[in-house]
Amino acid sequence: MAGLTLTNVIKRFGAYEVVHGANLEIADGEFVVFVGPSGCGKSTLLRMIAGLEDVSEGTIEIGGIAVNDVEPSERRIAMVFQSYALYPHMTVRRNLSFGLQMNGNPKEDTERRVAHAANILQINELMDRRPGQLSGGQRQRFAIGRAIVREPQVFLFDEPLSNLDAELRVQMRVEISRLHKQLGTTMIYVTHDQTEAMTLADKIVVLRAGRIEQVGAPLELYDNPANQFVAGFVGSPKMNFLKARIEGKGASGVTVSLRADPRVKLTLPVSSAVAAGSQVMLGVRPEHFVNAGAGDTDLTVRIDVAEHLGHTSYVYATISDEPLIIERPESRHGGDSDSLTIGLSAARCFLFDAEGSRLR
Amino acid sequence: MKSKSRTLMMQRLALHAALTPLAIIWLFPLWMMFVFSTMPDYGIFSPDIVLWPSTNFVENFKNLQADTNFLRAMFISITVAVIYTVLSVMLTSMAGWALARYRFAGRSMVIAIILGTITLPFAVVVIPQFIMVAREFKLANTWVALIVPPLFNSLGVLFMRQSFSMMPTELFDAARVEGVKEWRIFLHIALPLARPTMAALSIILFLASWNNYLWPLLINSRPGMMTAPVALGTLIGLTKVSWGGIMAGAVLLTAPILFVFIFLQRHFISGIAAGAIK
Repeated sequence: MAGLTLTNVIKRFGAYEVVHGANLEIADGEFVVFVGPSGCGKSTLLRMIAGLEDVSEGTIEIGGIAVNDVEPSERRIAMVFQSYALYPHMTVRRNLSFGLQMNGNPKEDTERRVAHAANILQINELMDRRPGQLSGGQRQRFAIGRAIVREPQVFLFDEPLSNLDAELRVQMRVEISRLHKQLGTTMIYVTHDQTEAMTLADKIVVLRAGRIEQVGAPLELYDNPANQFVAGFVGSPKMNFLKARIEGKGASGVTVSLRADPRVKLTLPVSSAVAAGSQVMLGVRPEHFVNAGAGDTDLTVRIDVAEHLGHTSYVYATISDEPLIIERPESRHGGDSDSLTIGLSAARCFLFDAEGSRLR
Repeated sequence: MKSKSRTLMMQRLALHAALTPLAIIWLFPLWMMFVFSTMPDYGIFSPDIVLWPSTNFVENFKNLQADTNFLRAMFISITVAVIYTVLSVMLTSMAGWALARYRFAGRSMVIAIILGTITLPFAVVVIPQFIMVAREFKLANTWVALIVPPLFNSLGVLFMRQSFSMMPTELFDAARVEGVKEWRIFLHIALPLARPTMAALSIILFLASWNNYLWPLLINSRPGMMTAPVALGTLIGLTKVSWGGIMAGAVLLTAPILFVFIFLQRHFISGIAAGAIK
């Protein structure tokens, strides 16, 4: 097992820079999730750690040893790919043992490792099938098995559950989490699904356009997002952002009014200097709305659609063309009303400036 | 449901009605070649059109063998075609793999040049190639002269390159992470997956070698080194042309190809179709 250190890692494809100086510490045995929208550089970063892409600048260390010039096979890593990448013309058993055999690993040891992986993943009865005869979930399980037989210091997962249906994804997510507990090995996991990130990670790394936006524990990112991007990315459904204006500053904080309805005013404690009249963004998570009258202020929205999921309901609404989602746990039945009045609690609201930096 | 299956059946009937005459037009010369190969010469030129085989095949073949040592020519043709096909598939696979999977300076230029050579008719190349092989290397009337010069097959390189390009990169990345050497990735992963394409290419190459007439005619004129098409060609121009013998030779030339095609047609079709996707 080993930790990882990324120091000022830059990746360029020709003149085009896709990763702009990533710095990151990953402790031994930690489960780290790289999360971000498509094209943010998370897979490129993972491929650089794997050695499948060269590092343009900076250093990657695994277990305290710089591995920039080390072949992928000598980095003591194993990788699980989105498309499973099982060799379709080989049986599953051969898929698992192929790499070890090609490297001249003793036959007995190879068989022991394959049997061990098969036991961990409970896949013994399918070992003589070919990948084409397996379901998506089984294939992904074997792909993980192939990684386990390498007995790596670090597991790398590149969006391993993206090709699975929703139910299977939840099941496999639990299995990966269990595997991490069982093996205790460092795992780096790339996904664009923030639910996977929140449920699996010890530490989440949020990336945007080749830059690390924030690193932290899942709930830390949920409770204290560094900026509007992270706030919007972490949490499902995503945080609502309502355009607002600074009305003035008092002893208890700044007062903002909603652009959509200037009568709605809210006072928030803000330490940084903000000018009256400046445009800001008020952030409030769907689950943080309160009943009318229970918060610091109320606002009335027009209901577009209501989704009743049983345990909770999501109301998709607008306020002067600004869309927002409201979670109503107590409301199983939407009623016939076109409008809804709900409360806002200042303590659960975030405030971001025009550049997306967090003010509160 | 009933009317749907009825419509389907009608469509199938219409399709067969349209395709059957075309198939007959295509097969008729082949059939007549077989019929003529079983007839004496005077029967071939008889004013009555005979559509059914006679019994003179062995006699015709004996004449052919006496005139050309056709069995020896067939042996040379088969040997050349097999060696050529195996070597050419190997070489085109390796070149296709390199062009599909490795980034190197001048790769696009190499591909463009290879693509360019497809447009060159063989007639343009044949004279310089003959001078080079016969005069410079002094290889006329040798096995090497028959097999090696046509080995570079630009179509085959592009065919294999396309096949390798369509394979998911992650397969090879997975092997690299596992520490599998590049040549083993090629041998154990890429080649087995390219089997349908290789089968299709093998048929094309075998056929090209089998039917090759101009190059073997030029480079191997010694009687003991003639390929079958060349041997057959020598019969035309004799004072007495044995058409029955020529037809018997043509049947023997066609039969192996038909068998190879029937045996490999599943691979052939999937190989050709694989190139059509994306």
